[in-house]
Amino acid sequence: MSDSIIKIEDLHKSYITGKNSLHVLKGINIDIKHGEMVSIMGSSGSGKSTLLNILGILDNYDEGAYFLNDIHIGKMSEKKAAQFRNKYIGFIFQSFNLISFKTALENVALPLYYQNISRKKRNAIALEYLDRMGLKEWSDHLPSELSGGQKQRVAIARALISKPKIILADEPTGALDTQTSYEVMDILHEVNRTGITVIIVTHETDIAQLTQRIIRLKDGIIESNDYVTNETVESTTILQ
Amino acid sequence: MIDFLEEIFSTLKQNKLRAIMTGFSVSWGIFMLIILLGSGKGLEHGMEHNFADAVKNSIWVYSGQTSKSHDGLKAGRRIRFTNEDYELLKRKLSGIDNISGRLYLYDNLNINYKNEYANYQVTCVMPEFGKIQVMNFKKGRFINQLDFKNFRKVVVITQPVVDILMKKESNPIGKYIKLGGIPFKVVGVFENPENVKDITLYIPLSTGQKVFNGGNRIRNLAISTKATTVEENKAIESQLRNILARKHRFDPDDEKAIYINNTLEHFKQAQGAFAGIKGFIWVIGIMTIIAGIVGVSNIMIILVKERTKEIGIRKAIGASPASVIRLILYESVLITGIAGIVGLLLGMGLLFIVDKVITQMIEGGADQMNYIFNHPQADFNIAISATIILIIAGLVAGYVPAKRAAAIKPIEALHDE
Repeated sequence: MSDSIIKIEDLHKSYITGKNSLHVLKGINIDIKHGEMVSIMGSSGSGKSTLLNILGILDNYDEGAYFLNDIHIGKMSEKKAAQFRNKYIGFIFQSFNLISFKTALENVALPLYYQNISRKKRNAIALEYLDRMGLKEWSDHLPSELSGGQKQRVAIARALISKPKIILADEPTGALDTQTSYEVMDILHEVNRTGITVIIVTHETDIAQLTQRIIRLKDGIIESNDYVTNETVESTTILQ
Repeated sequence: MIDFLEEIFSTLKQNKLRAIMTGFSVSWGIFMLIILLGSGKGLEHGMEHNFADAVKNSIWVYSGQTSKSHDGLKAGRRIRFTNEDYELLKRKLSGIDNISGRLYLYDNLNINYKNEYANYQVTCVMPEFGKIQVMNFKKGRFINQLDFKNFRKVVVITQPVVDILMKKESNPIGKYIKLGGIPFKVVGVFENPENVKDITLYIPLSTGQKVFNGGNRIRNLAISTKATTVEENKAIESQLRNILARKHRFDPDDEKAIYINNTLEHFKQAQGAFAGIKGFIWVIGIMTIIAGIVGVSNIMIILVKERTKEIGIRKAIGASPASVIRLILYESVLITGIAGIVGLLLGMGLLFIVDKVITQMIEGGADQMNYIFNHPQADFNIAISATIILIIAGLVAGYVPAKRAAAIKPIEALHDE
C-alpha cells in the first residue's frame, strides 16, 4: 500500500475523428498522495479536461497506466466504472449539474440511491450533509430557487455523501463571482482537511494559488508541477 | 421497488401533458381492441342465438317432390312421410339420439278457451321432440310416452298462448283448450328461448293423427344425433338419404325429393366464419396498438434526448447502464400500462353500457336484436391478453430509447454547451 491515491504513468490519449487523429495527452506522469489538494491548470486544448475525465473514469485512455487507490483502472465495463465512481469519486462541476426537478435534498441523496440505501436513511444522511453546508433550510427547494453559491454547495454535499476518496472539481468556481468563489474554496479546504484528496481543474490563477500544488498542462504534456510557495499559502490563511 | 417507482413518478410529473398525450395513443389502441373484440363476441352471441332453438347437432328432414325419374318412376312425384318412415329410421339409422315426426294441423282450426277464440297453428309431435327442440318450461311438462301411447288429448303451449287466449290464467295447468271443438287438457307451459313471443301448441302426434284424420302421415322428421363433428353428421345425413331413397324409390342424388337441414353443419360454418372475424379483429386491434407503441417510442426517444444531461449526471454519480435502462423501460411500461388500463376500463365500461341498453331494448320488444348483436363483452381472458400485450408493448416502445439512454457518455452529457 503506497501513499498515492492517484498514480498515472506515461498516459496517452488520442481522439479519432474521421481520418484525423488528435493526440491530446502525450505521456503524462502524475502522482497524487492521500489528502493532497492539487490544481490542474492549462489553457483550453491543453488536455486538462481529458485528463480529468480519465481520472474520473468517465473516459478511457490508450496507453500507460492509471492506479486509483492502488487499483489498476484499465478497460472495464460501464457497470464497474459506475461502481468505482460511486465509491471513490465525488464530482463537482462548473455548471453544478443538479437535476432540475429534484429538490436540494433529493439531489444530495441521489448517489445513495444507487447504493441501494433506503429512502428514509439516505434522506436523513443528505439532510446532515446539507446542514454541514449551511443549507438545511433550503432542503426542499428546487435548484432553480437557489443562488449559484448555494447550488455549488448542494453539489459539493452530493459529491461528499458517498464518502469518496477523491473530489474531482471541474472549474468549480467558473460560474461564480469572486466572493462566492472564495467561499466555495473555503469549503473545499475544509473537505480536504477531513482527509479527502481534492483535485481542481481551473484556469483561474488565484484559485489555483489556494491549493497546495499546481500541475500545469500544455499541449498534452506537463509543463510544470510546483508546490505553491509559502507566501501564497499565507494568503490562504488570511482568507480563512 | 417503491423507491424505484418514486424515481419514475418524479420524472413523469415533469411532463404530465406529454405523458398523457403519449398514453392516449395506447389507451385508444386498447380501447379499440376491447370494443372490437367485445362487438365480435356480441355478433357471435347473436349467431349462437340463431341456433338456440334447436339442439346444435340436429338434422331436419322435409319431404319434397322428385326431380329425376328413377326406378321406372317419373319425376315430379310427391314424397310423403308416414309412421313407417319414422319406424324405419329409428330402426336402421345409426348414431342418432332422438327422432320425432311432426305433423301440422290445418290452419283454419278453431281454437277456443271459454269465450276467447283464436286461429293458431297446432303441431303434432312425439315425446322425443322435447329433447330436440330447446324449450324453457315454466309450468308442467312436455308430452310423455303415456300421452302418446294412449292418444291422450293433452296440449303443451307457450306462455303467450296463456297470456292471450287464456287471459293470463294464473294456473293454466289442468284447464281445457278446445281445438276444433275438442277439449285438450293443458299439461305444460314453456317459453321459446329464441323468441319469447312465439305462439306454439304441441299435441301428441298419435292423438293428432287419430282425432284430426291424419292417418299415419308425418310432414317432416326431426333428429338429434350423437355426432360432434360436421363429418359425422354428414355421414348420418347421407345414410338417412339412402334409407329413405330405397324406401320411397327415388334417386339418392335427387336433391329435391327430400330436403335435409343439418344444423351442425350450419353452426360449424357460422362458427368458422366467426373464428375468421375474430382473428381479423385481433389483427386490426394489434395494428392499432402498434401505432400506439410507435408513438410512445417516438416520444421516449425525444424524452431521452432531453434528459441527456440528467442521465449523464446519474451515470457520473454511480448509475450503472442497467439502472438507466431500467429507468427508461419502466417509465415506458408505466406509461403504456396505465394508459392501457384506462383504455381497457373505458372499453369494458362502454361494452357494459351497450349490453345494458340492448338488454333493455330486447325486454322492451326489440326482439330481433337477439339475432344480430347480443351481450357484447370482453371477458377475463381478453383482459389478461390485453394486459400482456400492454407490457410487451411498453417494453418494445422503451427498448430503443433505453438503449440510447444507456449509451449516453457522461462526459458528453456534462460538457457545457
